[in-house]
Amino acid sequence: MKHCLVVDDSRVIRKVACRILADLAFETEEAADGAAALQACRLRMPDVILLDWHMPNMDGIEFLRALRAGRDGSRPMVVFCTTENDVAHITEALGAGADEYIMKPFDRSIIEAKFAEVGLV
Amino acid sequence: MDQNDFAFFTELLRRRSGLLLTQQKTHLVESRLAPVMRRFGFKDSAALMRELRHGHEALAAAVTEAMTTNDSAFFRDRRTFEEFRDIVLPELLINRAASKRLRIWCAACAAGQEPYSIAMMLDDGKLLAQGWTIDLLATDLNSQMIARAEEGVYSQFEVQRGLPIRRLVRNFTQEGSNWRISESLRRMVTFRTFNLLDSFGWLAEMDVVFCRNVLMYFDQKTRISVIDRVADIIAPDGALLVGPAESILGLTIAFAQTEHAPGLYYRAKPMSPQMRHAVG
Repeated sequence: MKHCLVVDDSRVIRKVACRILADLAFETEEAADGAAALQACRLRMPDVILLDWHMPNMDGIEFLRALRAGRDGSRPMVVFCTTENDVAHITEALGAGADEYIMKPFDRSIIEAKFAEVGLV
Repeated sequence: MDQNDFAFFTELLRRRSGLLLTQQKTHLVESRLAPVMRRFGFKDSAALMRELRHGHEALAAAVTEAMTTNDSAFFRDRRTFEEFRDIVLPELLINRAASKRLRIWCAACAAGQEPYSIAMMLDDGKLLAQGWTIDLLATDLNSQMIARAEEGVYSQFEVQRGLPIRRLVRNFTQEGSNWRISESLRRMVTFRTFNLLDSFGWLAEMDVVFCRNVLMYFDQKTRISVIDRVADIIAPDGALLVGPAESILGLTIAFAQTEHAPGLYYRAKPMSPQMRHAVG
């Protein structure tokens, strides 16, 4: 079973995403901001991270840069999932090492399609 | 809708489009016809059916279009596109190296996601830059879908189903919350409203035919008729791609299935007189 870390400051979004991912046979874990997500990754590196952009403490792009700067050799897939839906943000995310990008709002078909893009469904 | 009206409507639809309706689809009919009733000012389906019985052509065309299923997605059923890219295209590029011309037909293109997905794949291969002429024809029964496809503008929801984010950024421009296909890709496709029940006589010989997720809505007789007419216009080494739920095995001897690629068919080799004798 693949392990997905869902990082979003909205409890409702985390809950909805986790329900969809559980339905797609993922084991899920939650983090409410980038700092908590980094801590979770240190304890157990997930296969894929579903990542919001705007969050307190550490936002999604800061988290991604810190994650990709890590030297332990692991490279989990990162799928941004954000209300930032313009080309500039998408380009910045891809440049920082994101593998795919979901523009909110999302539903099951979009999560499934995007996870298929990165070879996880 | 009463049984007489439903029976009349299913026959009208079958005659005009080949689409099959079963009694279980009564609710679907009513929900699909609601916008047509509003547009033409009918208070209920009985009044609509009365007018249809009088042979109102514009109304008959509108209800037929309303009953078509137009759900689609970019690179829908990814495997089909992989088979096109990895099996069909390399062989055709060799076979057509002299003419440098490819003719591809999407027979039921809905809002254009399928032909634009093909155009993106062809663009990946830089075929136009290498001097190839690509005739990419896309047809659909529904004129509103053809108008949408020609416009090439898709919602945020539509571009997120099947389209990798890098392709979105590379091949589309953002217009508010919508995304418009690039002009170069739009120009690669010729769109036309066309009913698969009508004559294929105007079509040139095709190298590849995508006829996906449409045969399943037809009765067996119509499926056979469409497939046999596709066989008439497809090149001897041409390929036919159907949807994953649409095997044509048993419907025709004109095509043979490809091993390990269940949705991909090639023209069957003509039987020799000896073979015919053996079979007969």
